[in-house]
Formats: sequence, C-alpha cells, structure tokens
Amino acid sequence: MNYSLRVNGHAHAVDVDRDTPLLWVLRDVIDLKGTKFGCGAGLCGACTVHLDGAPVRSCVTAISDVGNAAVTTIEGIGNTPIGARVQKAWLEVDVVQCGYCQPGQIMSAVALLAQTKTPTDQDIDSAMNGNICRCATYPRIREAIKRAAKADLGPAATKKGA
Amino acid sequence: MVHRRLSSNRSTSTKAFTAGRTSRRDFLKVSAAAGGGFLLSFALPDFAAAAVAGGKTASLNAYVRIAPDNVVTIMSKNPEIGQGIKTMLPMLIAEELDVDWSQVRIEQTLADATIYGRQVAGGSMATPLEWTPMRQVGAAARQMLVAAAARRWKVAISECDTSSGEVQHKASGRTLSYGALAAAAVNLPVPNLSSVKLKDPKDYKIIGHSIPGVDSPKLVKGEPLFGIDTVVPGMLYAVFQKCPVFGGKVVEGNVDAVGKMPGVRRAFVVQGGMDLAGLMPGVAIVADSWWQAEKARQKLQVKWDEGATREQSSDGFARQAAKFSGNVPAVSLRNDGDASAVLKSAARVVEAAYHYPFIAHAALEPMNCTAHVQGVHAEIWAPTQNPEPGRQLVARTLGLDQKNITIHMTRVGGGFGRRLMNDYMVEAAWIAKTAGAPVKLLWNRADDIQHDFYRPAGWHFLKGGLDQDGRLVAWQQNFVSFGSNGAFARSANLDADTYPAGRVPNLSYGYSLIPFGIPTGPLRAPGDNALAFVFQSFIDEMAHAAGKDPLQFQIDLLGKDELLPGKGEGFNTGRARGVLQKVREVSGWGSGSLRRRTGRGVAVYYSHLGYFAEVVEAAVANDGQVKINKVWAVGDIGSQVINPTAAENMTQGAILDGFGEALNQKITIENGRVVQANFDSFAPLRLTQVPPIEVHFLRTDNSPTGLGEPPLPPAIPALCNAIFVATGKRIRTLPIDQALLKV
Repeated sequence: MNYSLRVNGHAHAVDVDRDTPLLWVLRDVIDLKGTKFGCGAGLCGACTVHLDGAPVRSCVTAISDVGNAAVTTIEGIGNTPIGARVQKAWLEVDVVQCGYCQPGQIMSAVALLAQTKTPTDQDIDSAMNGNICRCATYPRIREAIKRAAKADLGPAATKKGA
Repeated sequence: MVHRRLSSNRSTSTKAFTAGRTSRRDFLKVSAAAGGGFLLSFALPDFAAAAVAGGKTASLNAYVRIAPDNVVTIMSKNPEIGQGIKTMLPMLIAEELDVDWSQVRIEQTLADATIYGRQVAGGSMATPLEWTPMRQVGAAARQMLVAAAARRWKVAISECDTSSGEVQHKASGRTLSYGALAAAAVNLPVPNLSSVKLKDPKDYKIIGHSIPGVDSPKLVKGEPLFGIDTVVPGMLYAVFQKCPVFGGKVVEGNVDAVGKMPGVRRAFVVQGGMDLAGLMPGVAIVADSWWQAEKARQKLQVKWDEGATREQSSDGFARQAAKFSGNVPAVSLRNDGDASAVLKSAARVVEAAYHYPFIAHAALEPMNCTAHVQGVHAEIWAPTQNPEPGRQLVARTLGLDQKNITIHMTRVGGGFGRRLMNDYMVEAAWIAKTAGAPVKLLWNRADDIQHDFYRPAGWHFLKGGLDQDGRLVAWQQNFVSFGSNGAFARSANLDADTYPAGRVPNLSYGYSLIPFGIPTGPLRAPGDNALAFVFQSFIDEMAHAAGKDPLQFQIDLLGKDELLPGKGEGFNTGRARGVLQKVREVSGWGSGSLRRRTGRGVAVYYSHLGYFAEVVEAAVANDGQVKINKVWAVGDIGSQVINPTAAENMTQGAILDGFGEALNQKITIENGRVVQANFDSFAPLRLTQVPPIEVHFLRTDNSPTGLGEPPLPPAIPALCNAIFVATGKRIRTLPIDQALLKV
C-alpha cells in the first residue's frame, strides 16, 4: 500500500503493508533511527513520537492509522522552541547514561511542557511514567524537565550549545 | 551511516597500531591525517603496558593523534554501555597530556585485543585497571612534546612548561602549540612509562571535574549510534526463533511456507549445538524489512524436541530447596569454631530462610547484531560488552580465522552483564553467512526476556546466635544454589570469605546444589546483588534481636580496622566503617521522629573494590504499598572521583536498579521455559517509584576504583531493613510481596 507521510515537515511516499507500525516506517524506510524499539507493545515509551503534537507509541501505531497527521520525531523536535529547550536542559543536567530511551523521554517531556508550562511532580509522574529508563536516570529526567520549564520562553531558545 | 564512520576510524587506527606494536622505537608514529598534514600517533604496545601494570592483568593500549590545528583526537577503547567510559578514559589521557577538554575529539576504537588489550565493560574494572596506565600515556606524550619544543628553542627541558595544549618558555615568552610540535616529537626518544612524572592531583583541570557525556549532544537529537541503528548497503533483516524450552532442538518447521510470506527472502532451520551461550537450534527468517520477518514469524510452526529441561520449573526448584533446608549442606565451605554447639547454648537464636528469584537483565536495546560474511572474512557490528569472546565464538562456529573477523563496537543501549555473552553475535554471523548477504538480526522483547542468562535464584537457611551481651557469636548458613558435581552454575556461587566471615567466632557456610538446565550469568554486581540482601538483612535481624541500633551493631561487628581475606584486594573493615559513619552523619540517623509506618534501614557492602553504605527511608501504606521517601548513599571508591557528574548519575542509577529488583522483578520457569515476556510482567523501575537520592563520596588514600556495580548491593537490604522498622515485618523473599505488608 502507498502512504503519504509528513515527517518533521518533509513529505515522504512509502509503500508498506497497512499494518506496518509507524516505528518501522520511520526507522527502516525513511531511515530516521532516533525513534527506538524497546518492547513492541506500547509498554516502554522508547518509540514515542508526536502526531499533530500529541505523544503516541509508534510501535503500536499502524501506518494506516496515521492519516494526515503531521509526524514529529526526535530528529525534528529541536526545531520547536520547547523541543530545543528540553534538549538543552537534558545536556545541561547531563541526564544521559546509555541514552537509548532518551529520545522517547524527550518526546514525552516536550508533549508535557506543551500542555503544562510549569508541571508539578504529579504532572511529571503521570506524563513520564510510561517511559522506562533502564539505567534509571529518572532523578535527572525530573530535574531536566523542571529546568526546561523554568527556562525563558524567549527567542533565545533556538540553538543548543555543546 | 554508523558503519561508514566506524570504518574510516579503522583505516587510521590499525595502520598506526600495527606499526606501534613492532618495536619500542615505533611507540610514537607519524601517520597521515585524514585532512592532510601530520599527526602524532601515540601507541602503548602490550609489552609496555605489562610493565606499567606491574604484572597485573592489565594489558592496554592508548592512542593519541594531534593535528596541526591542535585538535587532539583520543581513541577510547572500551565498549560504551552507559557507564561513561568513552568520556572517562580520554579524560585521564587529556589531563596528563595537559590539553583543554575543548580541544579533544574522541573516537571509538575497533575491538582488537592484540592492539588494545582488555576491552570489556564488566566488573567495574576499567577504572582500577586504567587509572595509572592511561595517565602515563598522556604524560609520556606531553613529555615528548616538551622535549621537541626545548630542542627547537635550544633551551633546557626544565625551563619549559605546558598548559592548554601548548609548550611555554617563560624566560623568553615563547610558546608553541602541540600541533606545531607533533611531527618533530615523534622522532624523539620514547620515555619510560613507569618513570614519567604524573601531576599532583591538586593541579587537575579535567580529572575531578564534571565532564558531560561526549555522545550526549548527538543522543538527544536521535543520531544513529547504537547497534540497532547500523545500516550496511544491501542489508537484509532477520528474526531467529529458538525453542522456548532451554536446550530444545528443531525437529521440523514449515520453512517453505514461511519463505513465501511477503518480503521474506529465506526461512531456514539452524541446527546449532548444545552450548546455551553459543549458537542454539532455531529457525531464521530473513526478509527485506524487520517487520516483514517478524510478521512471518507469526505463521511459523515448529515441532520442537524440548528435551529434559521441560520437566523443570521454579516451583520444582523451590520444593527441592525446601528438602535441603533441614539437612547438613552437601558441601562445606567454611567452618570456624563450632557454630552448632554455640547455637545450642546461645542466649538468643534467630532462624530464617531467605529466597530470591531468577531475574533477567532486560536492557532496553533488544539484542541485535549486524554481520556480513564474505568467504573467509566476517565484518560484525555489535553492541557487546565483551567483543573478544564473541570473536572466538564466531570463529569457532563458522570455521573462520579470528584475525579475519572485524568487530565494530557500537554504542550499547544497556548492558547490565547481559552483553558479556555473545550468543546474538554468533546467530547474526551464522544467518548472514547462510543468507549470503549482510544481515541485521534483531530480537523482539520476548526473545530477550525468554532467552537471557538469568541471575540465578537462591535459597539460604540461616541460624544466628547472640551471647548474653547481644554479640553475634554464631552463624550457620546452608546455601541452596544451582550447579552439579559440587561446582556452582555461573554467578550462582558463594565465597568462603564472604563477610561476616572472620568476624563471627563460630561460623559455618555450606552449600547444596540443584542440577538444572537454565542458562545463568552475571547481572550487575553478580553474586552481590543477591547475597547483600541475605547477609545484610540477617545481620539487621540479629541487631534487632539484640535490641541494638542496627547501624552501631554493624560498626561493632566490623571491629578493628584491618584487611580481611576477600574478593579483589580483600575486605577492608576500616573502609566499611568509614562509609557507615559518614552515612550516619549525612542521613541524620537516629535523630528526629518518623511518621507512622515509616522506617529507616541501613546496609553496607563491599563489591567490585568499592564500599557503599546506604540509608533508606520507606513508608508503608495500610494497603501495603511501599513508598521510598529518601536515600542517602556514601561511597568510598578511593582517592579520586574521576568524573563527578557521571559518578552521581551512575550511583543513583545503580541504587534504583536495586530497588527495581527488590520491588518488581521475578522470572518464573514453568515447563522449562520463561513465563514472562514483556515489561508488563517483568517490570523495570518506573519514575513514580523513584525517591530523591543523596550521594556522597568519602575520599580515602586508596587507588580509584569503579562504580558500575558497588552502589547496587546495599540498596536492597537497606530498603528491606527500613520496611521492617516501618511494619515489624521482615522481608525474606524477593521481590517484596507488598500484599503481606497490609494491615
């Protein structure tokens, strides 16, 4: 089946079976490897992407269900002010250990901050509990989200350092 | 993308290193830079390394390139699994080379023991093994650059100094960058590594300062660094279905039908062998995309010969263990004094049975490997913690010469000991060879959880005796573990020296073994992740039985400061006492009152050369839900914490890993196979279970040691001991059954 996709602002035409999860279209057809495979069942959050700004688990989202929604992945999230701020905060707090889950963590965090400018601990818990970090960098994930929330929303948040 | 970047490294590194090995004179080499110009290549051959390490196990090499524009490229030789080694090893070289961190670029080497020596992410051993040699590598290079400058200026070496990648002659105000000196420096005599002058730690500008992970800017943007991200031109994708029962063989499968599924190129039976850590029997499906291979697997029907292991189960093991409970251990491990007699006359005796289950590693990046086998050559891209045994396994299984196998070490999405084994590597190589094309083999999560090398379950039957003054005078322990003919299965062992041996006058350890067919292996802090729970919980039980403060009881039990026989360099009771005293201070132990059903517990453990004492405060709700309020951790990993930001991060992660094991995790065997299949039934810790963790390091006059494993073991008993204070209920079985804590 042929599908037209809009990913990070770019149009893609792909020919895959209708039940192919968006994850595998992104990774193996469009060659965007940032979105990760962890469980294949929507249990770990490593594959989180945005459809029209809303976080979804791309491992359990069939390509036929994407429709006309704009897909944003970790490779494109830095082009949004909140995405850039979250990535910057992740580096400033030095969150990463192995780093495998972090694209999914960042996508969930950006979706949270887009909805809730200054999240409480409870907001963070409920938005992030679906994302497993096997290295357990959780204390720093919390800290980075709070740091990103505190950062100015001004135009300065365009390009990350480092 | 990944393979191209790594391949380009290979051409430069192997050239320089091959030369570097030939003779001491070739210790420093000039080689062509990718962008033109000369680079200073600095290699430490094996024989030099052996001299450095004073005959210890270390055999290492380091590699420095200095470009004319003064960019310094440092090769990092060990697998990066999230422990921060790709940042940390180059920090050691850069410090003594005396360059600014901003000048430094880091490249991952290939796997090649003949050049780089030990390349393993395991045992928290990189720090103790590399701490001195890596600094010497940097210092030796600096010394040659200084000599080159002195020669050019015709001044004495002693008049020259360095900083930020340049040599200065203060008297004349002249400076030269390392980049300008590199080509001349390589022709100078090679310093004796064991006599190069190392910096006074007070002058450190990099070591001891927090350096963020070098790959992090790429990782937060999703750049392809992991094994699973590997792309090779013409690559196909594979899944591999093994028998759900360990050791089972293929009788037949509908490979012809599966081979006709959409996108499938081939489906075939792999006969495999009997080695659970090698190529096991199964069915491979090779397709144009991984999803097509995975979908075709749903139609796969295999008739298995499940073999003898199908009779085994967790319940069956527990029944066998229970039979041993009252018996004299089959094998005696240690007998001090007369524990049986003293227990009969002790003022107070406590008897307890402890149990912990099998658990899986569940690294988030599923097992995967990309391989391309062409004739007698194989090229492999692997997220492995331990490439050399993988090379040997592939060579042995495919009948290749080891030297014809190239292994690229990709970044690894979590190790925890799972990737010390290379079963997935040999599977990828075999399937690629059969398919006649480059193949990326990727396991799904069920493959991962059901074909692991599990932390072995264990049962401990204990008796402890106190005298009239509440002193621990007798300890009797029968450990029921797995193995056969008196030999423990992998990671299922108990050492005779395990503390409190040496501190209880009447002590006996013995063990009895259950034969089994379940593959086991090291899980982060192997042995200790389970034994700390048993030993530190039971010592806490004895403290409470004696009516004493558990932390003071532990300090009293440690006794005078001395080195007891034990793993590694032995168990230093003074270092254990030091971290206990510090954690008492930072946690405010014993001061203030706690809320209802809230308690604090303490534990201390020596693991992989590091000492950690931890205090956990936990609250238990009326419904039994355990909430960890706060953790205080104090570590003694020697005189220097090399990268403080990474050290804190990893300490917190290890403690939380312990909590995940204690609260959530259990692998159940039924009919010779694993019941759990994904993160719903086998649950890593999640954010809502995470308390604040305060981390402190006690600097002692000991050589720096590693941090991947030592913080984990005490976390579990400290939590269980806190739950006892909160509820009066002693946790003797893991994972913690919160239903039992209900009121």
